Amino acid sequence: MAAKIRIATTSLAGCFGCHMSFLDLDERLLQLADVVEFDRSPLTDIEHCGRCDIGLIEGGVCNSENVHVLREFRKNCKTLVAVGACALNGGLPALRNFIALEACLQESYLDGIGVENPQIPSDPELPLLLDKVHPLHEIVKIDYFLPGCPPSADVFWKFLTDLIEGREPELPYELVHYD
Amino acid sequence: MTKSFNLDGQGIAFEDGQTILQAAEAAGVYIPHLCHHPDYSPHGSCKLCTVKVNGRICSACTFPAAEGQEVISNSRELQDDRKKITQMLFVEGNHLCPGCEKTGNCKLQAVGYYLNMLDNHFPHFYPGRGLDASHPDVLLDHNRCIFCTLCVRASHKDGKDVFAISGRGINKRLIINSASGLLKDSALSAEDRAAHICPTGAILIKRTGYQIPIGRRIYDHHGIDQIDTDMDTEPAHGS
Repeated sequence: MAAKIRIATTSLAGCFGCHMSFLDLDERLLQLADVVEFDRSPLTDIEHCGRCDIGLIEGGVCNSENVHVLREFRKNCKTLVAVGACALNGGLPALRNFIALEACLQESYLDGIGVENPQIPSDPELPLLLDKVHPLHEIVKIDYFLPGCPPSADVFWKFLTDLIEGREPELPYELVHYD
Repeated sequence: MTKSFNLDGQGIAFEDGQTILQAAEAAGVYIPHLCHHPDYSPHGSCKLCTVKVNGRICSACTFPAAEGQEVISNSRELQDDRKKITQMLFVEGNHLCPGCEKTGNCKLQAVGYYLNMLDNHFPHFYPGRGLDASHPDVLLDHNRCIFCTLCVRASHKDGKDVFAISGRGINKRLIINSASGLLKDSALSAEDRAAHICPTGAILIKRTGYQIPIGRRIYDHHGIDQIDTDMDTEPAHGS
């Protein structure tokens, strides 16, 4: 039997909504499991990415850890896929791009309504925030893009079956949504 | 005898004075566009209607139709150019569809869908633009303005001249004809055509945004090339 196709997934500055939508494949997940296995992913709890065929990345890039994880995926995945609105254009988290970072932190942790024990988190374990939220293609080369907030399970199915079966992935009109 | 030109191998009849886009629309052939509207004089700014006329690049919305022209519109090369133009429109402003009331009814988005545009390709500007929520019935979100000037032309025809474009290049912006610069102090009313003509979500009628749920909107299931491309996409006030 041929080796299974290895897929890694992660969520950077995302909400895990794209992962939830992926799980909406429901019983098709069983068909998928016949031909693929998962490497690093919230579905497996594997912490670092090994050599993979496909990397699916949800969310944009908002902090230093996101940059490292994204580069790890690019290094290890033959085909890297930006999944969902945030990965494509920053999405909702990018709304902070119009406000100075200091002002964001001040509002969230010092002056905001209902803040108790006001202090800006500075634990060395916390990744540093980037000045702005960026889409993935501004950091590394991305091979394919799946738009949508989130992309529907049908988008994942069409894309993955095309790719696995050796066709150039194509999304028909009904599957292309930016919302 | 009727005069005609050749568009992608198809004969298109025209009358003197018609542009290529007008003649194509009359014949039911879609050429992508955002700043063109049949009710207003052409502006030629969005460049989506770029076609090749006898081997030369022209805007179909401003170029007069002429006997025997060889016009190419639906070629891979031109569709790729249009995709790049649309991507540039997306990164130049702040077009975050999931949070926009106009999603599904937006012509900018619909053109992206039509061109099978799956990403924005270019680095994002994330320009800091404002929001004018001062008017009781109309919202103006500068983040989504693509400077097509349809509101400018419509408001002029409404007899009010509420809108104008000011500045150049990256400093270009939509300005309001009122002493305060705010929409609430202008002559704009929600019944004006200018309040309904915006192809994106820059000018929205308040309290109508989610009357039609996402999934049942104009371009959710039908391409902009398949339906009346020049219909107003903002609902009537209070409808």
